[in-house]
Amino acid sequence: MFFREAGQFKTSYNEYLQAFPLREDRIGIAIWIALAVFYVPFFGLPGLEYTFAMNAIMIPVAIFTITALGLNILVGFTGQISLGTGAFMGVGAYACYKLTTYFPDVNIIIIILASGFVSAAVGALFGLPSLRIKGFYLIVATLAAQFFLEWCFIRVEWLYNYNPSGAIEVPQREVFGIIVTGAAASPATRYLVVLGILIFLTIIAGNLVRGRVGRSWMMIRDMDIAAELIGVRPLRAKLSAFAVSSYYCGVSGALMVFLWLGAAEVESFDVNHSFLYLFMVIFGGLGSITGSYMGAAFIWTFPILLKELGKRVFDIDSIVMENVSLVAIGVLIVFILIKEPHGLARLWQLGKQKLRIWPFAH
Amino acid sequence: MFKKLITGALSAAIAFGASYTVVHADDELYIPMLSYRTGPFGGNGTPFANGFHDYLAMLNTRDGGIGGAKLVMEECETAYNAQKGVECYEATKGKGALVYNPLSTGITLQLIPKSPVDKIPVLQMGYGLSAAAMGETFPWTFAYPTSYWSQMSSILKYIDMNGGLKGKKIGFIYLDVGYGREPIPLLEQLAPEMGFELAMFPVAGKEMQAQSAQWLNVRKERPDWMIMWGWGAMNATAVKEAAKTRYPLDRFIGNWWSGAHADLVPVGEAGKGYIAANFSGIGTDFPALQDVIKHVVDAGKSQADPSTVGNVLYNRGLYNAVLVSEAIRAAQKLTGKTKIDGTDMRLGLENFVLDQARLAEIGLPGFTGDVKGDCKDHEGAGGVFMQQWNGSDWEKITDPISPMTDVVQPLLAAAAEAYKADKPEWKGQTCG
Amino acid sequence: MGSFVYSILGDPFVQMWQMPDFFIQVIWEGFVSGVLYALIALGFVLIFKASGIFNFAQGIMVVFSGLTLVGLHALGVPAFIALFTTLGVMYALAFGVERLVLRNLVNQPDIILFMATIGLTNILIGGGQWIFGSETKSMITTELLIPTGSSVWEPNGGLVIFQHIDIAAAIIAALLIVSLALFFSKTKIGRALRAVADDHQASLSVGISLNQIWVITWFAAGIVALVAGIMWGARSDVSFSLQIIALKALPVLVLGGFTSVPGAIVGGLIIGIGEKLFEIYWGPLLGSGVEGWFAYVIALVFLVFRPQGLFGEKIIERV
Repeated sequence: MFFREAGQFKTSYNEYLQAFPLREDRIGIAIWIALAVFYVPFFGLPGLEYTFAMNAIMIPVAIFTITALGLNILVGFTGQISLGTGAFMGVGAYACYKLTTYFPDVNIIIIILASGFVSAAVGALFGLPSLRIKGFYLIVATLAAQFFLEWCFIRVEWLYNYNPSGAIEVPQREVFGIIVTGAAASPATRYLVVLGILIFLTIIAGNLVRGRVGRSWMMIRDMDIAAELIGVRPLRAKLSAFAVSSYYCGVSGALMVFLWLGAAEVESFDVNHSFLYLFMVIFGGLGSITGSYMGAAFIWTFPILLKELGKRVFDIDSIVMENVSLVAIGVLIVFILIKEPHGLARLWQLGKQKLRIWPFAH
Repeated sequence: MFKKLITGALSAAIAFGASYTVVHADDELYIPMLSYRTGPFGGNGTPFANGFHDYLAMLNTRDGGIGGAKLVMEECETAYNAQKGVECYEATKGKGALVYNPLSTGITLQLIPKSPVDKIPVLQMGYGLSAAAMGETFPWTFAYPTSYWSQMSSILKYIDMNGGLKGKKIGFIYLDVGYGREPIPLLEQLAPEMGFELAMFPVAGKEMQAQSAQWLNVRKERPDWMIMWGWGAMNATAVKEAAKTRYPLDRFIGNWWSGAHADLVPVGEAGKGYIAANFSGIGTDFPALQDVIKHVVDAGKSQADPSTVGNVLYNRGLYNAVLVSEAIRAAQKLTGKTKIDGTDMRLGLENFVLDQARLAEIGLPGFTGDVKGDCKDHEGAGGVFMQQWNGSDWEKITDPISPMTDVVQPLLAAAAEAYKADKPEWKGQTCG
Repeated sequence: MGSFVYSILGDPFVQMWQMPDFFIQVIWEGFVSGVLYALIALGFVLIFKASGIFNFAQGIMVVFSGLTLVGLHALGVPAFIALFTTLGVMYALAFGVERLVLRNLVNQPDIILFMATIGLTNILIGGGQWIFGSETKSMITTELLIPTGSSVWEPNGGLVIFQHIDIAAAIIAALLIVSLALFFSKTKIGRALRAVADDHQASLSVGISLNQIWVITWFAAGIVALVAGIMWGARSDVSFSLQIIALKALPVLVLGGFTSVPGAIVGGLIIGIGEKLFEIYWGPLLGSGVEGWFAYVIALVFLVFRPQGLFGEKIIERV
């Protein structure tokens, strides 16, 4: 009823090729963005306290969406499984920290975006073995990256400026007179910066996967030998996927430390976090931009909401809920893989299909 | 399928919204507990959390709270994970949190810059940033009863008293994260000054149960003494490996996070002779602990296994609660208010007095050394003593060993300066 | 520069020569941890061979079985009854996994099945912590009649210590492998297992029940996990941090090949001994603590030259 495409005719190729060919989709996206930009920073989320909603939900979800986008480019679009996400985020974070100490006066947002390139380079380096090995063997290569980089984060004291605590602490930085990083920055500012970067990176990712590069990634994913035979160069396709993916992870890592945690040590980038990000991608939907959003939002908020629900409604200890949510996430992962291997994104799509013909059954 | 999904989500949302209540009554003091009972260090976090909770719960039942105000404890599980730590902090700070005790160096480091902004002090009791002992630089962070660096100097003093340090080789085995690396600058500075040689044995966090390489290296290097900065499953494994390589255990000293019952009970008889630092009393032979058992544990209001009450980490958690409650009392006295806030709490933390007389008064005679809140010195003088494992229990073997303040103080000052250096906006305080 | 080259190429060997007893000790310690890696890798191989599933949950199965054993004993169940009950639990787990997960995921791509086992890992971690708590627990070594204590060998005034528990671990692992080999080659079920490993479709057509075979392989992997859990638990203790160490089985698999039982053993020994030697003699150059990643890097370098592993079947790709 509300979601009709009848009567929308395309009169030029450009119209046909636009990202959201349906008017309803465009309106929907506009509403989401408007809510995210104009409602959330001022009012938070309904039913939750403002700073909690911002600092514990909206900001991390936006940051992890960037991570999930990056990981999805690698796992979902190119078919290369990676368990090194946490470490690549760490590379971004430490790079950002070093850059801020060397260039204290440069705009912090530029530094964050630049630190992604360091991560991209490291990612491409560890992506090199993917040219020879694939599938589960590649997991070992990415784990090598994960553990080696973790070791570097603690052993190369230069990375954290010889701080005896072995941690990086975020300095306060201003952009156009507004405090963006550090404890004094308001949640709304930090959220808007993260959201801006997220939207920017989403547009880039969306266009990359629609374009020639993305198509070569997907060809590699679907059958690499066939792709090679019809002229896709695996070297370029695989390494570019690793580099782009690590760029996203690096930026999200820098954002995580600078705009969210405020300080971090190596523990924030360990292998367990890599699993968490992989869950986001699986759950949201492999090979889907929308899915990255949904997966990050779901995997991050589900345990929090479960915990709050347990506390407020059933008066259950947070420790029990912690274990319950671990089990529940595991069960949900298995469940969604059985019922809908393409994740929440596919469910969303199915929902839209239903909406098209609603209220009639066929 | 879709209908079910949608109705399910909606009903959950309604149940959630309907239960939205956070306001605390006027006569309630809200104390968040960022504890961890799960995750890699859950085995050590659990007794600590129990001790902390049970003492405050005992004050509630026995005295009706502090100064007439009931204490409300809310536990939030962090699983020793810094990201969950933020979530717990945000979930609790808006409810009038008085003070945070995160029991994790990683989470503490995140909270230190937030504490002056949100006006809620952080009490990092025996962990966290050593430099936070400098009250003039860190007005909102408190490191009572003493810092890692002071502790290390006490341990070195103990070694010096037992056969001298000069010309000896000291091995340092540590969990290779920020926490374990913290005392390295002190060791490196003291080694030439006091004339001992240093050998390092790092243990990676995920390898903490596979230490045979480290102990082979110990055998190769043959240090005269070993010092350990471990936590969680690392401790038991280290003591076991030491016994296996026939390292004399009475020359193996753990810090205060490496000497709990949770660590040595699994080792048992094989760990006999192992020494660890401690700053809180052992056992239940204190009137206050008897009150805890009577009012809380036996009343079924505790999550603790009754046999763990009085254990090292239980008592350490209890001591943390004592510091919090004494600071609340001091703040109530100073401000004349019953319901205090974070700013008052900060004053309380700078002004409480917990000497032997006061300890006896609250039913903990001789439980620990004197600690006095101070504006300048957020660390206190310690009261670190050594305890030894006799095969089934810990025994106190020394009196409190005072730290080498003259050596530690300049290092702390330098570290505090370094912390401030890249934060031009950082605000300290001046103490009169 | 010269001294640097010497510290890499000369000094370690001089040290080995000068302290032969210590060198033997290092090799022995490496051998024992290699045996344990091999045991964990063996569980992976069994499942991978039979169903092509990369069972990420093998590590947590080691922890879970150990915890179940210790937990049952703590409830007052006698040690050997607890051992058999644990076997029952592992069978129930295998049965449940087959019924609830694998059966519903037949014909899905490998990556989906792999991710399902990651989900399973989460369930076992959460469930294990919920039921048994997260404290470190000591393995019931003496109750299971595993010898403790140690023997000393003093060649020419040196000192090499052999823990009885380590010797027991090596013997038990050898027995386990021999009995698995016999089981595979001599029994009907074993032959069915090998048939399934060769070709799913063909074995279905000759009347082998895939579902039954999967339950059996997961149960076999569960038994291997239990043995690994007991041995590792006896050496250190049973705690959840073992799960990450269990990931070390991955480089072992890469070296040995995913489908080769002898490969898992040889790979385990290479990784175990190699990483100890590297850590002790070359580690100090890098500031020690290199054990965490050394195995992975060896595996990575190895992969580039021989992607199918030491004993793996040659990977043939067709369009």
